[in-house]
Amino acid sequence: MIHKTGTRLDSWKSNKILFAILSLPALFWLVVFFLIPLGFVWVLSFGEKQGIIDIDITGTFANYGRAIDSLYLSILWDSLGIAAATTLICLVVGFPIAMAINFAPARWKPVLLLLIILPFWTNLLIRTYALIAVLRSQGYINGFFEAIWQTVFDGLAALGIDPVPILGPWFEPFDLLYNQGAVIYGLVYVHLPFMVLPLYAALERLDRSYLEASLDLGAGQWRTLFAVTVPLAMPGILSGVIITFIPALGTFLTPNLLGGPDSQMIGNVIENQFKSANDWPFGAAMSFLLMYVTFGVLALRALLADRGARRSHGEAAG
Amino acid sequence: MVLPFLGGGRDKPGPLDYTRRWWMRGVMALALVFLYAPIAILVTYSFNDSRRTIVWRGFTTDWYVAAWNNDRLFEAFTNSLLIALAATVLATVIGTMLAIALWRFRFPGKAAVEGGVALPIVIPEICMGVAMLVFFARIGWPTDLPWPFNLSAITIAHTAFCFPFVTLVVRARMVGFDRSLEEAAKDLGAGEWQTFRDVILPYLKPGIIAGALLAFTLSLDDFVITFFTSGPETVTFPVLVYSMVRFSVTPEVNAASTVLIVITALVTVLAMTLQRPQKLADGG
Repeated sequence: MIHKTGTRLDSWKSNKILFAILSLPALFWLVVFFLIPLGFVWVLSFGEKQGIIDIDITGTFANYGRAIDSLYLSILWDSLGIAAATTLICLVVGFPIAMAINFAPARWKPVLLLLIILPFWTNLLIRTYALIAVLRSQGYINGFFEAIWQTVFDGLAALGIDPVPILGPWFEPFDLLYNQGAVIYGLVYVHLPFMVLPLYAALERLDRSYLEASLDLGAGQWRTLFAVTVPLAMPGILSGVIITFIPALGTFLTPNLLGGPDSQMIGNVIENQFKSANDWPFGAAMSFLLMYVTFGVLALRALLADRGARRSHGEAAG
Repeated sequence: MVLPFLGGGRDKPGPLDYTRRWWMRGVMALALVFLYAPIAILVTYSFNDSRRTIVWRGFTTDWYVAAWNNDRLFEAFTNSLLIALAATVLATVIGTMLAIALWRFRFPGKAAVEGGVALPIVIPEICMGVAMLVFFARIGWPTDLPWPFNLSAITIAHTAFCFPFVTLVVRARMVGFDRSLEEAAKDLGAGEWQTFRDVILPYLKPGIIAGALLAFTLSLDDFVITFFTSGPETVTFPVLVYSMVRFSVTPEVNAASTVLIVITALVTVLAMTLQRPQKLADGG
């Protein structure tokens, strides 16, 4: 973010009343209805459950100890893996989409961009629910394959060949729902717009004469892509990866509705602790672990962006 | 979906005409099918004259009538709209004021405030939902208030995660403001309030509207935070759909979902159209 007017800011002392009127309502809301609730959870994560509703804040680290226990650690690893796979697929699919929009005729760009963003504004629950109808065993994908199966089955029968030994007596639907694949599919479905937007923004800023120069000097399309376009779009790629990875990691709804026993993510563990398992201190600790991982990823991103900026400055100077 | 430019010209594409390469178009078309097919199917089958949703048995609007007459569904839908409206008004007012304060003043701890305001945007939704659950349980917020006050906890939570987005959008708009306009108004004798009303506010208007529409869709869409904040008796539309999806999928839900999709799509397109002239004016 650029602060162009940085030198012309008034001191808050110049008009204390105005400053207070403008900033205090929002700050009050932020502190009372956001930071204090988070503080409650943080304190809770050092507590111990005494009865059904009694919790003593004893300053124990036992909840964190349990959270990095083998079972929950493996769920954390699974979550990281699912989020990473989602991010990778979004990047591989999103990059050509961003390229296609970027190089489309000017009047088509806003339309295409809107078409990519619009599903993102559709209710997450409705979209996930729509996916269930597509993926379930009587769903549209299985229905499509069943129709093909039926055609082949009837065709063979018409040719006088007994289809049962080849195709079996009935169509076996694919298990597309309630597994890790369904969760990744759902997460890609939800997060693809997150990835396309920053990629598009980065490609839009890119000076096309570099690409022309590369092609003129004899580099092929692929070499130009990997040696010129991708490095120049790196800040956008980095933003896209972060903006996809973080919400995918903390997701709760997608694995809850599309996942099975093998695809529980950290969000589901947290939800479970606060709802049915009713172990708030442990849920609080898991929740803060998830936040620490999120902040770690953001810090890593800031570090990389900083290094990238310094390197490009160095190149410009040298 | 047929896009005219996908039809293409007859001449060979130039080296940078990536959009005219068939495989690029293929990726684009597949992506649009991937993104839209499930929603299109949902909308189509909300008009299907059959309870078993996979087979098409003819056009009907019965499910819309059924959804309208389903009291629980209607109540949830009204609640969602009411919460979204209230949270939008609150978030827009406090978010815009904070954006102006951040733009105009320097003060100790400004970086901390900027970081704090970004926090609700970056932390995972479930962490915020859990925080709201713990907070309202601990302070003993009454859960048995009469309607519409039973929606107060959800509205407060929605305002908390919506206003940072408003601040972000309005502040981005503020960056392009020429402060000499403000100085000119003051030199000509306008007071602080008159300058704000006649100079700053008209300039900010597209940003404020865009921020408000963003807040509205975010609130209307929210499931996770509402799920944790709502008491046992309070339902919003997403929360109700969630409880229904776990048991069975009915065409009424498809119909109500379609209505919600249309509302959000209209709001989004409106927000985008409102933002575009601003970009042109900024030379972007």
